[in-house]
Amino acid sequence: MSDSIKKTLFASGHTACAGCGQSLAARLVLEVCGPNTIIANNTGCLEVFSTKYPESAWCVPWIHSLFENSAAVASGIEAALKFLGKKQNINVICQAGDGGTGDIGMQALSGMWERGHDILSICYDNEAYENTGIQRSGLTPYDASTTTSPAGAQSFGNPRPKKPVPEIANAHGIVYVAIASVGYPQDLQKKVKKALSLKGPKYLQIHVPCPLGWGHATELTYQIARLAVQAGLYPLIEYENGELVSSFKITPKPVEEYLKLQRRFRHVLNNSEEIARIQETANKNIKKYNLVVKNN
Amino acid sequence: MRAFLEGSKAIANTVSLCRPGVISAYPITPQTHIVEELAQLVADGKLDSQFVNVESEHSAASVVLGASASGVRVFTATSSQGLFLMAEVLFNIAGMRLPIVLTCANRAISAPINIWNDQQDSVSLRDCGFVQLYAENVQEAVDFHLLAYRLAEHKDIMLPVMVCIDGYILTHGIETLDMPEKEKIDKFLPAYQAPYKLDVDNPLTLGFLADPDYYTETRFAMQETHNEALKMLPELFADFSSVFGRNYQCVEKYRLEDAQKAIVAMGSVCGTIKDVVDELRKKGKKVGLLKISALRPFPMQDIYNALKGIPRVAVMDRALSLGSLAPLYSEIKSIFFAKKKAPKIISSFIAGLGGRDITAESIKEIFRQLNQREVVGKFIDLKAELLQDKL
Repeated sequence: MSDSIKKTLFASGHTACAGCGQSLAARLVLEVCGPNTIIANNTGCLEVFSTKYPESAWCVPWIHSLFENSAAVASGIEAALKFLGKKQNINVICQAGDGGTGDIGMQALSGMWERGHDILSICYDNEAYENTGIQRSGLTPYDASTTTSPAGAQSFGNPRPKKPVPEIANAHGIVYVAIASVGYPQDLQKKVKKALSLKGPKYLQIHVPCPLGWGHATELTYQIARLAVQAGLYPLIEYENGELVSSFKITPKPVEEYLKLQRRFRHVLNNSEEIARIQETANKNIKKYNLVVKNN
Repeated sequence: MRAFLEGSKAIANTVSLCRPGVISAYPITPQTHIVEELAQLVADGKLDSQFVNVESEHSAASVVLGASASGVRVFTATSSQGLFLMAEVLFNIAGMRLPIVLTCANRAISAPINIWNDQQDSVSLRDCGFVQLYAENVQEAVDFHLLAYRLAEHKDIMLPVMVCIDGYILTHGIETLDMPEKEKIDKFLPAYQAPYKLDVDNPLTLGFLADPDYYTETRFAMQETHNEALKMLPELFADFSSVFGRNYQCVEKYRLEDAQKAIVAMGSVCGTIKDVVDELRKKGKKVGLLKISALRPFPMQDIYNALKGIPRVAVMDRALSLGSLAPLYSEIKSIFFAKKKAPKIISSFIAGLGGRDITAESIKEIFRQLNQREVVGKFIDLKAELLQDKL
């Protein structure tokens, strides 16, 4: 292992698609965590593209078991470290995609939060089951066309809004809940650092564009992630013990600027009614989380 | 040390002396008394362990998976639907070569829901990669846990072990037994030294993706290890005997020397069969029992040697493979395919499903039916009147 690879802890040379937002976010997370970290990873893109035997991108101890159980596996790791008297020096992380977090992994995650384990759970939210071929998840946004919620003559794509996993996390009374975006790396890393400084269960949800699933040019990952935030569709907020402690301020851009770069929303671009509905979601976020800087 | 104890308490206190660092379980009858006792031992400060109360058996198995991968000895227990909810994780644990010990308090499978004993749960999971040991009585149930840890954690084995004990009969039954003493357990069972683990000083990737170039060899290796475990078990039994003075084998031959008829069975029913054998022997009938203690790895050679000279053999299953031959029967039968030395008749009987008692009379009926031609899948103590009612 060369020194430069050791430094990143998440080595290059894995098999992620060009422009993958998730791989970039995983590297940013690990830069903050450092070498005294153990990761339990659900099944998903990140697991598949980083650990194809005999190679691994992970320079920290890392385990994958199944699609839905990384929160329980991490609970076992944390319990074992407590038994061994080593927990105070080691970060334990469980991580998954949006399906592995909010759908199939929700029960194990809820159990882990409720039991109060000292674990940071991370959701890399690319808003669909991208690994299995872009099927709809509970975190797929309204109107997004996926292979199981396709747009068609009778359909505008996914008929439901995103499942509010951060609110579900907050309902468990956990110490820290935050939303970040790979488009804002410094904010993301600041939140990882903050989370790791607190004892108990933490939840961090990171918006990570997927060029393959969202149908955008691979060089636009960063820009699209930023546009989601700037439109108010992905508010970067932070809670401590259930209290909103920060929200990332924006000068709102119309949602169309975000939508028009992605094939998954192509079918709504000429439909003012649907655009208005998506804009309404953004407006609600802007109001609810006080996202706009007031000039006075 | 002689004791008069409920099976669950005896098992829990013995597991406690094995010092598992992490215990995780979810409530299901009839397994609960085991983990309740362990929880109390932790609460009373008598056992230094992390007891993790989870929201499902899937997570119980996942917690002990994570803890075992961290290099710590672990324990979990379940029954029936709980074992099935764990199933996905159990295959995973075996494939990851983690030496977890699990107690399965055998119970019937729903539907209809039934909390009583048969062996459909663990028998259905015979292919999950776990070693499976079946206990006849509380003494065996206790001792098999010590053997389970020793075998599972051997550096050449590294496979999980399921100790199968008949629900209620062995979990709630109170028996006199020799409780293994701490000094002897410490002598027999060394502290667990994980050959690989999650360690920040030596970061490994566990649970990787294996494509068609690699997957087959991982399964081949597990199959080889099961063969290795079969070779190792007699050594472990001998070692166990030298420390504790009790003798075990993968199969137990009970009064088979000159037997003309024998029943093959697993678990607690073997005690009843032994009583019936003794009674019939007093009347001059040449009958015996072959008790299977290890279903996986399956001791085919031992079974062949034990049964090859016996003319009439009955295999008793307390589980089904619906639509085919009963599971234990089909495996015993296959041992004798195209063999010159073989029983003339190998008949298949189903008994004791969903907690229906297998009485001495049920067993005598099986011996009687062995006088006839070979029968396949014959249900014992079937209530014809209920079938007419179109239940």
